[in-house]
Amino acid sequence: MAEVSVPDISAASAENFSASPSNTIPPGSVGVVSPRFISFTEPLALASGQVLPSYELAVETYGVLNEQRNNAVLICHALNASHHVAGISADNPKDIGWWDNMVGPGKAVDTDRYFVIGVNNIGSCFGSTGPASINPATGKPWGGAFPMLTVEDWVRAQARLADRFGIEKFAAVMGGSLGGMQALSWAITCPDRVGHCIVIASTPRLSAQNIGFNEVARRSIISDPDFHGGDYYAHGTVPRHGLSVARMVGHITYLSDDDMATKFGRTQRAPADNGEFHYGYDVEFEVESYLRYQGEKFSTYFDANTYLLITRALDYFDPSRNYGGDLARALQGVTADFLLVSFTTDWRFPPARSREIVRALLKNKRPVTYAEIDAPHGHDAFLLDDARYHAVVQGYYDRIAAKLGLPERSRTTGVLA
Amino acid sequence: MSATAPVAPRHVRADLKRIASWIEPGSRVLDLGCADGTLLAYLQNNKGVVGAGVELNDEQVIAAVRRGVQVIQQNLEEGLALFDDQQFDTVVLSRTLQSMHNTEHILREMARVARYGIVSFPNFGYWPHGWSILMGRMPVTGEMPYQWFDTPNIHLCTLKDFEDLAAALQLRITHLATFNGNKEVKLLPGWRSTLAVYRFESPN
Repeated sequence: MAEVSVPDISAASAENFSASPSNTIPPGSVGVVSPRFISFTEPLALASGQVLPSYELAVETYGVLNEQRNNAVLICHALNASHHVAGISADNPKDIGWWDNMVGPGKAVDTDRYFVIGVNNIGSCFGSTGPASINPATGKPWGGAFPMLTVEDWVRAQARLADRFGIEKFAAVMGGSLGGMQALSWAITCPDRVGHCIVIASTPRLSAQNIGFNEVARRSIISDPDFHGGDYYAHGTVPRHGLSVARMVGHITYLSDDDMATKFGRTQRAPADNGEFHYGYDVEFEVESYLRYQGEKFSTYFDANTYLLITRALDYFDPSRNYGGDLARALQGVTADFLLVSFTTDWRFPPARSREIVRALLKNKRPVTYAEIDAPHGHDAFLLDDARYHAVVQGYYDRIAAKLGLPERSRTTGVLA
Repeated sequence: MSATAPVAPRHVRADLKRIASWIEPGSRVLDLGCADGTLLAYLQNNKGVVGAGVELNDEQVIAAVRRGVQVIQQNLEEGLALFDDQQFDTVVLSRTLQSMHNTEHILREMARVARYGIVSFPNFGYWPHGWSILMGRMPVTGEMPYQWFDTPNIHLCTLKDFEDLAAALQLRITHLATFNGNKEVKLLPGWRSTLAVYRFESPN
């Protein structure tokens, strides 16, 4: 396998910008970024018993990998995100990374000191090999034949990526929600390769209620007549309606009851004369309009097969499964130092789920820091600008830097500036 | 730069120093209501202790994280369910007992999670308190600077009161230190001290 050099994207983008002064990079941004696509020809044996013969991973990096290669941070994404973690997409200046408030020079994950990797998981629709990619055996899109995936499969693929970069051990592996599951899985399956494990708004396993919501979303997609057993690419269709409804259901679970009450309440969208109802099934309330809009927007850029695969990977995740349901035993071999953060109004993965992980780590005498942030925004809070949340993460990364002998923080930008 | 040097607290109060002197080097310590992690950082840096703290307040949690302390954000009134039986060598509850609703429960929980417990609380028997009451006023002093209507201190006691409760809960008191401000009080501590610090051994 060819050695991959590690380009300094932040430096490159800075050059781009000095050449075009009409654009300005906001302070704390990593600047303009482009993904790279890294090919792996060694087959990947999956948990399902299937084998992915070869694959490509879309990757963005920010900051510089130091000589000791001990300042690398891996950011794992959740359901609908990608390798584009931070910065401004070179293809589309409106496309800002999904965790741009967290990652950048002077931000909590400080790219002045850390080398940050954003990786798109296999099965995704944002650049890495997925159901819409060509199956080399048939010359046609994989479609419904794309192998089922698990969190552990993603971690295995990410570990190979780390090998390519020559990174033996990450300073930190970090993720929110499904990304937090990947971070946890890293700490369990590759204990020697994770210095610090940062798990935000996550859970050690889905509840029956969580699986229930996922199943509603999947049935919505699968029962769309345009789905064609997942081979809709061949039929020139897209199960847009099913995917849109799936997203609407999912979206409700990301918000808190209070948050929805504040944002929409029972406000009517376009009331009839004298504020009357229309007495029909078209949009009557603001919340309906919002959810329909979110669903429809999502269905234009997200792949239905990817949605199925990822929700199933969520369902399957349960590291305690092979230990009679005992999470503490599953974490016995873990050597990382942990930070967990949960949000009080997150009813998708509530604080009690994070506390389960904390308890299991304490049982194993692992160092663990846990913050329970009293934020109103439900599950989505992990992507938002809560200063307390960002201060905890920043403090934790500063601590890692001190431990590893990395330079001290030279500036503070973003949420905490 | 070492991991802990930049976050070492410069000044540690006399009572915290005394608490530290009762803790074995290299042992496992749980600090309940750890505030900004001053005691734990001191113990980590000076005694190689493996520590964890519990704190509810957001600002204090952030400060403790910055100090390099393993802090867990939780309300102590909810108990210590996160911790296993005898998971620690020593558990500390500093200046918090008097503001807790369920005093007996937290003491029992402390005895459950660690072999030794250390508790400090304001001494209500401090003589100016009695004088204040004789003058017809609730006492307001340095260790208890609150008015009767806004005080978080709902379970105030004297040294003897605490010793009775400890005996009832079969907590064997091994050490007592008493302070007035930053000075240790040896003579007539029941009247002259503002803060009492007890170390006890858990029953089993």
